[in-house]
Amino acid sequence: MKILVLAETDGGRVSEKTLPAIAFAQQKSPDNFTVLAIGDSLQGVESLTGYGAQTVLTVNHPALAKPLAERYAPVVAHYARQLGADAIVATTTTFSRDLLARVAGLLDAPMLSDITALETTNGKLAAKRPIYSANLIGTFEVEGNPVVMTVRGPSWGKPEPKGTQSPVQAAEAPANIPTRSEWISLQGGGGGRPDLTQARVVVSGGRPLKDPETFEKYIGGLADALGGAVGATRAAVDAGIAPNELQVGQTGKTVAPELYIAVAVSGSVQHLAGMKDSKVIVAINIDPEAPIFQVADYGLVADLYQVVPELIELLKNSKG
Amino acid sequence: MKILVSVKRVPDPYAKISPNAAGTDIHRDGLQMAVNPFDEIALEEAIRLKEAGKATEVVAVSIGGAECQEQLRTALAMGADRAILVQTDAPLDALSVAKILAAVYRREQPQLMLMGKQAIDMDENQVGQMLAAILDLPQATFASKITLEDGSAVVERETDNGIETLRIPLPAIITADLRLNEPRYVALTGIVRARSKPLETITPAELGVQPHARVRLTHVEAPPARKAGKRVSDVHELVRLLREEARVI
Repeated sequence: MKILVLAETDGGRVSEKTLPAIAFAQQKSPDNFTVLAIGDSLQGVESLTGYGAQTVLTVNHPALAKPLAERYAPVVAHYARQLGADAIVATTTTFSRDLLARVAGLLDAPMLSDITALETTNGKLAAKRPIYSANLIGTFEVEGNPVVMTVRGPSWGKPEPKGTQSPVQAAEAPANIPTRSEWISLQGGGGGRPDLTQARVVVSGGRPLKDPETFEKYIGGLADALGGAVGATRAAVDAGIAPNELQVGQTGKTVAPELYIAVAVSGSVQHLAGMKDSKVIVAINIDPEAPIFQVADYGLVADLYQVVPELIELLKNSKG
Repeated sequence: MKILVSVKRVPDPYAKISPNAAGTDIHRDGLQMAVNPFDEIALEEAIRLKEAGKATEVVAVSIGGAECQEQLRTALAMGADRAILVQTDAPLDALSVAKILAAVYRREQPQLMLMGKQAIDMDENQVGQMLAAILDLPQATFASKITLEDGSAVVERETDNGIETLRIPLPAIITADLRLNEPRYVALTGIVRARSKPLETITPAELGVQPHARVRLTHVEAPPARKAGKRVSDVHELVRLLREEARVI
C-alpha cells in the first residue's frame, strides 16, 4: 500500500497534529509513504523528515498561504494521482475533515473518517471507527482505490523516530488553483498553553464555573500548575464561560492525554465521547451521583472552590 | 434566491442506541426517529434567511425510503416551501449521497445549499465537502455565523484553532455547526399548513444516478467499557496516588 500523508499546516507552518497520521503510515506501510505539506514559505518542514518517509514533498505558492479547502484540495488530488497513492491520510482535525472529504469528491474515492483501526481481510480493507456519537464502534468494509482516510489521533499516537532523514523535495503547485474562497481572519486559540489535542495533561471545566474569570482562575490555574492544556464542556462553551475551540466532546475535540482532570463536569455521553480514551481520568465534582465518576480512575466528591486552590498549592509546593 | 437544504432521517439524539443481536446494525424496533439535528440547524438558517427577505424559496430534500416523508413533513412544518424525496432502498455511502444531491442541485439550480456538518448516526462529516467538489463550488464547513452580502457569503467557521472567517461567492455549499442558531419548535399551525405543501417523490434513476455504496457498515459493537476507579478523600491522597500509583505527575 502506498500512502500519501497530508501534513496539517496553517499555510505558514507545519503542525505536530500531523504526527498520528505518520504513525499510521509507519504501521501500515513502513517503506512506502510520502508526506505532502502545502502552504506558502512553509516553516517547520524539518519536523516531518525524521520518520522514514520516502520523500517529504512541499508545495509553496502565494495562493496557498491560508488553509482553504477549495485551494488545497486540487493540490492533494494532483499529487495523489501522480504518486499513484492507494491511501490519502491525515489526522482527524477540522483542517483534514474540511479538506480531505473534498479531495475524496475530486478523486471519486471512498472515504473513511476518524478511524481507530484498519485491517485487510480477504483483500478488502476493513476499518473501525466510532459511530452514534462514539456510543458504538462500527466496522466498515471499503472497496475501490484510492481510499481517503482521516485517522483518530489518540488511536495512532506518535511515530517512531528513524535514524535517517527523508529528503525534502519542492514540488510545483498545479495550474489553475481556484481562488474563489477568500480567507479573512482567525480569532482565538493560543494563550501560551499546550495544544489541547497534543497535551500530556488536560484540565477541563464545566458549567458551574460561572464566568470566564472564574473558569480561568480555577481551570486555567490548575492546568498551569500541571503544565497542561485547558478544555471545557459544551455547556460551559454555550454559556460563554470558555471559548469554542476548548470544547471537548462529540461536537468538539477528541483528546486522550496521560491525565485528564474533569472539574465540575457531569459527564454527559457527548463529553465522554471526546475524552474517555484518556489514560488516567480524575473527576472532581460536588455531586456524588455525577456520571463522570463511572469512568474516573480517581474521584473526589468535593466543592471545587475549596479543593482546586488546595490542589494548585500542593502541586506548586511539592514539584518533583 | 432559492436555498436547498438536505435533511437526513436519523435516530432521535436522545434515544438509547444498542447493537442488534447479530451485531450487523443497531436495534431499530420502536426506535424514535428524527431530523438530523445539524440539518435542522441548516434548515432553521435557511428559513430565517427567507424571513429576513434574503431568500425567496426554501426546498428540503431527503434521500431514503418512504418513511423519510416524516422528516420532510417536519421540514415543511418548520417553514420549508416544498420538499423532494429521492426514494431508494439501495445502500448508500457518503459519496453516493453526494452524487444524488448533486443531481438534485443541478435540477433545482439553487443559489445556496445548506446542510448539517455531519449526521449523528455515522458521524462521517463528508457529504457537504464531496458535493462541493463534484459541483466545483466553494465551500464553508462548520459554520457558526452566515452573513449574505452582494452575491457572496461571509461565514464564520468553528475550527480547532478558533473562529475562522471566510468570504465565498455564491452559489456555494455551507455546512452548519451547532452554534449557528437554535432551531424553532414547530407550531401546530405549521404542522397543519405543512399538509398542503408539495412533497414530490422521485427516484435516483429519474435523476440519472445509479447509487453504488463502496463503504459498507458490516459490524456494530459496544466500545470496551471503562470501569469506575476509587474515591479519594482529599487532595493529598489524590496527588499521592497520581504520583505513586498512576505515575502521571
